[in-house]
Amino acid sequence: METLKKTCLYDSHIALGAQMSPFGGFMMPIQYSGIIEEHNAVRTACGMFDVSHMGEIFVTGPESESFVNRIFTNDVSRLLPGHVQYGMMLYQDGGVVDDLLVYRMHEAGTWLLVVNASNIGKDYDWICAAAEGRNVNILDRSGEYGQIALQGPDSEQLAARALGFDLSDLVFYTFREVDFDGGKVLASRSGYTGEDGFEFYASPSVTRKIWSALLGAGVMPCGLGCRDTLRFEAGLPLYGHELGPDISPLEAGLGMFVKMDKGDFIGRNAAAALREKGLDRKLTGIELSDKAVPRAGYQVEAPDGRRIGEVTTGYNSISTGKSVCMAFVELPYSVPGTPVGIRIRKKVFPGTVCGKRFYDKKYKR
Amino acid sequence: MSKIAEGLLYSESHEWVKVEGDIAVIGISDFAQKSMGSIVYVDMPEEDDEVSQDEEFGAVESVKAASDLYSPVSGTVIEKNAALEDEPGLLNTDPYTNWIIRVRMSDPSETESLMDAAAYSEFLDRQA
Repeated sequence: METLKKTCLYDSHIALGAQMSPFGGFMMPIQYSGIIEEHNAVRTACGMFDVSHMGEIFVTGPESESFVNRIFTNDVSRLLPGHVQYGMMLYQDGGVVDDLLVYRMHEAGTWLLVVNASNIGKDYDWICAAAEGRNVNILDRSGEYGQIALQGPDSEQLAARALGFDLSDLVFYTFREVDFDGGKVLASRSGYTGEDGFEFYASPSVTRKIWSALLGAGVMPCGLGCRDTLRFEAGLPLYGHELGPDISPLEAGLGMFVKMDKGDFIGRNAAAALREKGLDRKLTGIELSDKAVPRAGYQVEAPDGRRIGEVTTGYNSISTGKSVCMAFVELPYSVPGTPVGIRIRKKVFPGTVCGKRFYDKKYKR
Repeated sequence: MSKIAEGLLYSESHEWVKVEGDIAVIGISDFAQKSMGSIVYVDMPEEDDEVSQDEEFGAVESVKAASDLYSPVSGTVIEKNAALEDEPGLLNTDPYTNWIIRVRMSDPSETESLMDAAAYSEFLDRQA
C-alpha cells in the first residue's frame, strides 16, 4: 500500500476541521461545513477548493506542438498562447488514458498538461513511451504546484477584492500569469463545477498565501464531496466513472473534443472504426420519479427486467431535489423519454431517459 | 458528541427501539444521523412486510452514501412514518421523536439482546 500524500494545504484542512479521506493517492478534504451548504455556496456566491492533487506535466521542445497533437484528441494547432483546451489521451484501441486540460503557454513550444491525480504516474509513463524518438522533453512538475479552484458567480469580484487580481478580461478557457505577494500565479478562467470561476496554479508557499487571503475574505472552503455533486449536475465526466480505459469518448458523448479531421493521433483509427460501425451504448441521463438515489454500479433495466446498462454517477440533485444519474445504456434505450428502471437494493425504481446535463453551465464567454 | 435518549434500547448498528407492549417503535440514533450527514431519502418497508432481527429492512441515504437499516427485532410492520417520504431530513433534526417503522413483535424476548442507554454510551466510547 502506497502511503498517502498530503497537499500543501493539508494543515489548513485539519485546522478547519475538514472530514478527510483518501482520493487519487492523496488525503483530501471531502467536506468542511457540509456538502449541501458548500454546493449551494458555489451555485449562489462562491467557494474554494484545494485541487493541488491534480497533476502538472510539461511538454517542451521543437516538436512539442505536433507531439501534443498526436497524443491529444482535441486540435492544439488551433490553440493560441494563453488559451486552454479540454480533451482526452487515447490508447490505440480507443479507450481513454485520461481526460485533461492543455494550456498553450506564452513561451514558445511550451505546453502544460493538467491531468487527474490518480493517473499522474500512468499518464507520465504513457506520454514518455509515445515520445520515444521525438524531439520533445516531458517533465512531471506536479510536486512543484499547488492549485486552488475559486468557483461561483462572485469569483471575479472575490479575486479582485481578496487577491488584487483584475481578471475581468479573461473569458472561459483563457489564462495569464499574475503576481501575488512576490510569487508567480497562473490564473486560469476554468473549473469543474458548471459555474464561472478560476483555477490558480502556484508554488506551495504562494498557494498557501492565496488560500489564507481567500479564507480571510470569507470565501467558503469546499471539499471534494460537493465538487462531485457540482460537476455531476453540469454533466461533466469524471475519469473512472464516465471515462476509462474501456470507454470511448464517443460513447461518453464527448465526440466534439475528438477532432477526426486534424490528421493522425493515437486512438484515431479506433475512434473512426467505432464511428463507422455505430455505438452499442451511450452515456445518458435518467431521472427517477422517486427520491431513492441511483449510485455508481447500479443496474439499469428495460421494462421487461433485462439488464441494459449501468449507472456511472447518481445523486439526489442538490440544485433540483430530483434523483438523477448518468448511465451507460444500450443505444436503443438512450432516446430521451424512454422508460427504464434502476435496481436500487431490492426494488426497481421507474425512471425516464433524459439529457445528461441537469444544470445549465454559467461560463463567461 | 452525540445524544443518547434514556428509556430506549439500542442495537450495535445504531437503531433504537421503544417498546410499547408488543409493539416496537424503531428509529436511528443521533450518532447514526450525525455520521450520515444530510439525509435525502429513507427507504422503508410497506405495511404487513415481515422483518427479522439483524436483517436489513430498508436504508437511509445521504448525499454521498446509502446505509442499510437493520431491524433490532422480528415481526410485522404495522406502520411506516409517511412524514419521512416528504421530509427525510426530520431524521437529522430530531432522530429520537422521528421514528421510521412500528413493528408488531413476534418474539418480544429478542429485546433482551439490545443495549440500554448506558450500555450504548459505553459501546460508542469503545468505537471511538
